[in-house]
Amino acid sequence: MNMLEKTQAALAELFPQAEAGEGATEAAARQPGVLRTDPARHGSHLDVLCGPDQVVAVARIMDREGYFLEAVSGVDWLEKQQLEIIYDYNRLGGEHCRVMVRTQVPRSEAVVPTVSAVFPAADWHERETYDFYGVHFQDHPNLIRILLPEDADFHPLLKDFTP
Amino acid sequence: METSIWRALLYLVGIMAFAGLNAAYLGWCERKGAARIQRRIGPCEAGYAGLLQPLADGLKLMSKQLLVPDGVDGIIFRVAPVLAMIPAITSMVVIPFSENIGARAMELSVLLLFALASISMIAILLGGWASGNKYAVISAARSVSQNLAYEIPMLITVITVVLISGSLNLREIAIDQQGGFWHWNIFRLENGHFLTMWISFIIFFICSVAETNRAPFDMAEAESELVAGFMTEYGSMGFGLFMMGEYLNIVVGACLTATLFLGGWDCPFGKTPGVWWFLIKIYILIFTFIWIRWTYPRTQIYRLLNLSWKILIPFSLINLLITAALIKVF
Amino acid sequence: MTVPIHLRHDETFVLNLGPQHPATHGVLRVKLTMDGEYIVKAEPVLGYIHRMHEKLAEAGTFAQFMPNTARMDYLHALAFNHGWALVVEKAAGIEVPERAEYIRVITVELNRIASHLLWWAAFLLDLGGFTPLLYAFDDREKVIDLLERVTGSRLTYCYMRFGGVYNDIDDEFIAGTRDFIKRLRGRMPSLYHDLVTHNIILIKRIKDIGIITPEQCRRYGATGPVARGSGINYDVRKNEPYSVYPEFDFDVPVFDECDSMARYMVRMHEMEQSLRIIEQALDKLPDGPVMGKAPKVLKPEAGYYYSAVETARGSLGHRLICDGGKNPYKLKLRSPTFSNLSLYGEVAEGMLLADALAFMGSLDLVIPEIDR
Repeated sequence: MNMLEKTQAALAELFPQAEAGEGATEAAARQPGVLRTDPARHGSHLDVLCGPDQVVAVARIMDREGYFLEAVSGVDWLEKQQLEIIYDYNRLGGEHCRVMVRTQVPRSEAVVPTVSAVFPAADWHERETYDFYGVHFQDHPNLIRILLPEDADFHPLLKDFTP
Repeated sequence: METSIWRALLYLVGIMAFAGLNAAYLGWCERKGAARIQRRIGPCEAGYAGLLQPLADGLKLMSKQLLVPDGVDGIIFRVAPVLAMIPAITSMVVIPFSENIGARAMELSVLLLFALASISMIAILLGGWASGNKYAVISAARSVSQNLAYEIPMLITVITVVLISGSLNLREIAIDQQGGFWHWNIFRLENGHFLTMWISFIIFFICSVAETNRAPFDMAEAESELVAGFMTEYGSMGFGLFMMGEYLNIVVGACLTATLFLGGWDCPFGKTPGVWWFLIKIYILIFTFIWIRWTYPRTQIYRLLNLSWKILIPFSLINLLITAALIKVF
Repeated sequence: MTVPIHLRHDETFVLNLGPQHPATHGVLRVKLTMDGEYIVKAEPVLGYIHRMHEKLAEAGTFAQFMPNTARMDYLHALAFNHGWALVVEKAAGIEVPERAEYIRVITVELNRIASHLLWWAAFLLDLGGFTPLLYAFDDREKVIDLLERVTGSRLTYCYMRFGGVYNDIDDEFIAGTRDFIKRLRGRMPSLYHDLVTHNIILIKRIKDIGIITPEQCRRYGATGPVARGSGINYDVRKNEPYSVYPEFDFDVPVFDECDSMARYMVRMHEMEQSLRIIEQALDKLPDGPVMGKAPKVLKPEAGYYYSAVETARGSLGHRLICDGGKNPYKLKLRSPTFSNLSLYGEVAEGMLLADALAFMGSLDLVIPEIDR
């Protein structure tokens, strides 16, 4: 069993009701679950959509499978009034497999549990996402501004932000 | 009485001129030397081969305001650079440039030199402490521990020279080595001293590099760690005096090395002794200082202290014992 | 008369390293809690050169962002060019002629050598050796001259286009590059290794200093020479091949010592491997156009795209999200030193100030790339 199938199987446990399928990811809404994507087209092998409460559980599985956290980024879907947090996992050496984990929270109440306890790499990346989008990472040890001035009162990457 | 006043005045002017010239032009030499080592040209705009550069630098430094930062100890802050310069100039009084040139030939001139050398360390400590800057304080603390550690092996090796010459008078130590390089303390044939004295020379030279805070032992002004060390808060001539003091300390160190180990003003072939041989020797030594500085990276403060306490001091003590034994045996 | 500093052995004090400090090579600030010369806690403070490139990307078209990429990692700007070109080409499905990919690889590798040379010079400067800087700049100047010839600029390149490169290389460039390969190979052992690498003071300064375990690398997401100095065989060029890298025969230098010396050796060997790649690329260089067919206005399909390239400092990732419009909907730049620096606090704890700065130098930080 190669790394991709192993990871897919490990992650599928989190989504008992969803069926594993294959196809391109769409920005349109879809059910939580694991989806295979074409790495030559999209850059990642798996696209995982999970609920905000499952983020830490996914991180634990990725940690167990020997992945590392490459980046955490936010996306502001203004039309749907949603903020999306994207976690990019990758493997340091060995068989290459990149996993994109996404979670969506309402814009008005952007709260996601932190994964910095599992991956310290998330510490700074989550601070950056908080900085740019105002996403609140629950239980983060030091959730303060990182790149913007400490007295800034805006979140510039929100689509409705005008300087 | 009449002649001695003229003599004193002459030496005063002479030593001040020598010190000033060296302090100014060693900076030029260092920049030219560094440039050559680094395949550059170095100063070349001001005057022929940049020879007016020290003058221009001096004018620039003098025309600037000595900025005293808020909340520092103003008096000590101003006194420290002066204190760095004075002992270095004073040391020149006892240095015998040749058989007939030398302001004073004191009986205890070696001790006087070391006493004066310790004052320049205090200048660094005061300057660093009075600046009220954390980098400066760290630098001052480093500088004190470094100077303390290196004065001990330095003094022990000097004792070997004193044992051989039987005098603490620099002039007499130099006279004792006349007549060709086989009489110099470093290569001394009689009593088999050449067996140990080259070790003394190496230890002494390493110590004098460390004592003058030169790379690779420039812990006190390690610019990539401590910005500029004790000089961080100094501008204008405060900085200028520290720099000149540093160069004069190098000159004094080279003079001392030349007198103690390399026969002072003696010609290597025993033909034409004179002040020129002394100058040639000290400038070769100074060039070596510059050469080392632009070749090696900086070492670490704890390695520096380990080198002194664990290697140089035991070696210099053993060296002293052997030298004493050789004197006793022959 | 005031006495500003009281030091007692049971007390710590805060030392602000930066944002203006000779050793941080830019405007990084590290808040150090010190006990004497020992570091109790090190806390990097970022953002002094933050320019919000990600918002700038959203504000303009895809092509308009190309010049910005060079303003992040100004030392390996062509790799940032390359990364941006690759992710947009992936999203928009643009074909690149083979000759253009070869030229991209040649210029990126030349730029990598220039970046490593500058790192080497600056690292030695951190350790108090000034002279190597001039020797390295001597060689770097040759690379910059070559790159200026084809790209038109010396530092912040904007050379790549979606679908190729904007300028073909000529015979003079090829001859000059071959000369440079010979020159650097000649100088490497005598000047770089004999004078510096084998110097006892340097070895004592950086050996066993700044140990980063492979596990730390994974937890903090460190990549590039930092990870390879910790025994992790990870190089995007090999693990996730892009461009025409699979066609070249080169090794990924990996050292297991985990210390600053290992990271030093990785970079020194990488320069030689880059020379090998350039040599092979010049030998195999195909004929043809350097610009493929690309639409004037790019409107990639909506979706999520990720592309990684290996820069001199590690893996650079572009997370691009398109909504079908002519502007990027969202661009996240995963810059390598942002992650590499995040482990600094953990590793620097308990170090001496001078060692911590030597360790910082061995991470090869480029501040504008961290702050973006």
